[in-house]
Amino acid sequence: MGQLFAIEIIYRGVFQKTLAKNICRGIVLAAHNEGKPGLSFGRYGDSPERNGIPAKSFAIVATDDETLEKGMAQYEPKQTDVTVVLDDSLCKGLESWGWYGVQTVTEHLKPGATLIVASLEQPTTLLKALHTHDKPYKLGVLRGVTSFSGMWVFKDDHTDVRILGAIVKALPELAKFSSLEKFISEKLKNTLKVTSARTAFDKFSTIQVKPGTGNAEKLEHFDLIGSSAMRLGVSIPGQGQGGPYPDPVTKQAGGFRPVRNDKLKKATTRTLRPVVNFETCTKCTLCWLNCPDGSFDVTPDGTYDANLEACCGCAICEAVCPVPDCIRMVPETAFTDSASQWEAFRKDKAAYKATLNKLVAAPSAERSHGYRFKGQYKDQAAKALEIAQQG
Amino acid sequence: MATMAVAEQKQVETEALITGAEAMAVACKLADVDVVTAYPIRPYDTVMQYITQLNADGEMDCEFIVAEGEHSQFEIVKHASVCGARVFCGSSGVGWMYAMEALTVTPALRVPMIAMVGNRALDDPGAFGTEHNDALAVRDLGWLLTWVDSGQECLDTTLIAYRVAEDPRMLVPCAISCDGAFLTHSQSLIKIPSAEQVKKFLPPYDRGNLLMHPDNVISIAPQVNEDWVMEVRKQNFAVTERSMDVIREAYTDFEKIFGRKYGNPFFEEFMTEDADVVLLGMGTMSMPMHVAIRDLRKKGIKVGFVRLRWFRPFPAEELAKCLSRFKAVGVVDRDFSFGSPYLSGVVATEVRTALYPGKGPKPPVLGFICGLGGREVTLQDVKTMTDKTFEAAEGKSVPLTQWIGLRD
Repeated sequence: MGQLFAIEIIYRGVFQKTLAKNICRGIVLAAHNEGKPGLSFGRYGDSPERNGIPAKSFAIVATDDETLEKGMAQYEPKQTDVTVVLDDSLCKGLESWGWYGVQTVTEHLKPGATLIVASLEQPTTLLKALHTHDKPYKLGVLRGVTSFSGMWVFKDDHTDVRILGAIVKALPELAKFSSLEKFISEKLKNTLKVTSARTAFDKFSTIQVKPGTGNAEKLEHFDLIGSSAMRLGVSIPGQGQGGPYPDPVTKQAGGFRPVRNDKLKKATTRTLRPVVNFETCTKCTLCWLNCPDGSFDVTPDGTYDANLEACCGCAICEAVCPVPDCIRMVPETAFTDSASQWEAFRKDKAAYKATLNKLVAAPSAERSHGYRFKGQYKDQAAKALEIAQQG
Repeated sequence: MATMAVAEQKQVETEALITGAEAMAVACKLADVDVVTAYPIRPYDTVMQYITQLNADGEMDCEFIVAEGEHSQFEIVKHASVCGARVFCGSSGVGWMYAMEALTVTPALRVPMIAMVGNRALDDPGAFGTEHNDALAVRDLGWLLTWVDSGQECLDTTLIAYRVAEDPRMLVPCAISCDGAFLTHSQSLIKIPSAEQVKKFLPPYDRGNLLMHPDNVISIAPQVNEDWVMEVRKQNFAVTERSMDVIREAYTDFEKIFGRKYGNPFFEEFMTEDADVVLLGMGTMSMPMHVAIRDLRKKGIKVGFVRLRWFRPFPAEELAKCLSRFKAVGVVDRDFSFGSPYLSGVVATEVRTALYPGKGPKPPVLGFICGLGGREVTLQDVKTMTDKTFEAAEGKSVPLTQWIGLRD
């Protein structure tokens, strides 16, 4: 029996789909230069993708056809040699609408496998978000901004070949650098890209991560019920109506919180979250009325609190709010929990205000379509390319 | 001489990393298809996207019409086909069902349309995963129906389907079923033959005097009374009688021109020579079957797999002869047929029917319902089904239909 290699690419839906696909194709075609058969595919259940939703693409390569069939016999690889995360906000975990709850990005790493994250952060910073894994693994950062490479009008910033360079460094048995180089020169026909791949290959390094290191948050587990326990008629019971809820300080009940499905929650789907200044809120109701997911709770004060188990981060509330900076979308990487902002505000107004000022002091990020980045238009691509060439 | 011919073939062939659906689009390009109609539904839509791309890139030149629904989609190609155009269309799941009225009329009108069915579960519940009930809905209507299991077979079967469907002895529609996800969304390295090879294999589409044209004035599809219907049906029946020979010829020529061997066109046998029992199924479940059977063989368990490639025409006699060699047969249905004999799936029922008139031994036929809605047919599922089939072989009393991989 020969060797089977599995690589998984975790990315943000739509924005990074082509990039993920191109990387997977590159893996298969580079390995094919050494006579190895391979296959690349997207996670079927993730598609049709929504903007920014966490998704996966895979490449499997084997040393012979029979071994490859072993990989093809599975719906998707459960054991990876390399996992790549194309947006570091996904280090907190990923959820697709076809799953139940959040999965860790480390879940499928074999013992000693490599996790590659495209990020401007240090590995130690990323480890605060990365959930603990029960096996040792290697963590390497490919320095770079979150890339939209390959998508529509966005400029190619060479992230595809840089990731490929890092992958063949991490997994030399998959393909030699010369085989990758052959693929880039023959199929992509771009000598600058060869340099970018080589720089990534030369400079890519990893740190060892011991079992149990990282974010210790316990993720929710779901038991799927059987056929006889399910309701008939493909029906789902409705939720209760909801009602007033208590102020954490005065214990007086007020406002309105709808009952939400306790299984269907939002978590890492968001790349941004609305941060609310409860002191400048005029209670105009516009955020509450316009939120497509009904994610605002009416607080006992009559202000509006974005419930982060319901919010998908679309930024419509920020757009409709008439008060400057009363609602501001802030990248998810700034947060470690999804607790109620209003409760934090009620318990300690000064502390809340200090946090708020810090978050709002940073200029609002240039964004596209509810995503925390604008993507590589002409002016953004220069910096990315500089990193690509020099590392 | 023979080696030279192979060397020449290698030169003209190219290779590409594409999905099974994209491979079908490439086959349409090679077949120089004239009219393609589209209406998006997953997983079929991957083929229409690639045809659009080939058109936009100037690699292909066809009329590409996006209809306002599947019914029109199939109506448009029907009309184009009677006017002499080589046509391609397709759908999935409930989209295919929405086109049903158009699907029923094509065989009688002798329209050789080729349709890709990206197999998808029928709603409700809304789901994308593979189930074969969509394509099977036309099994009694005069359509040719085939299931493929690799990207390469997607491309090759599309060319074969045009050759068979447009054969003057046939002129009937053919649906090529591709399991959603496994074939439509995974890219493998596929050998693409040259246009010259395809030209040698596939003659131009010629409807003869059935062509609707100002130079050949005909009227199609009049309303009739009971004086005519049976005779029209008998014409389609006659096609099905001829179809196996035409398919066999096409595969023989395919092998001569392209050098790829498919052996028996109707079903493929895997490790059956010395098998005590076999499992039988259609489509991409062959992958877990192959892997699990290799494992089981290492433990001395003599099980094989028969992959049924053509469901219509159903190769009853050949299959009965093949299956009578074994002590028991486990048919794995990725479909359901509620209320059918012994409450089995569609394929199990057909296999039992095929065996009944035969003179040879009649092994017990178990029916397994497995992998519905795209659920993975796991290696463990294959092992479980093998065990149960062995129980039947040993004469134990085993339920005739069992659901495998279900949360009860």
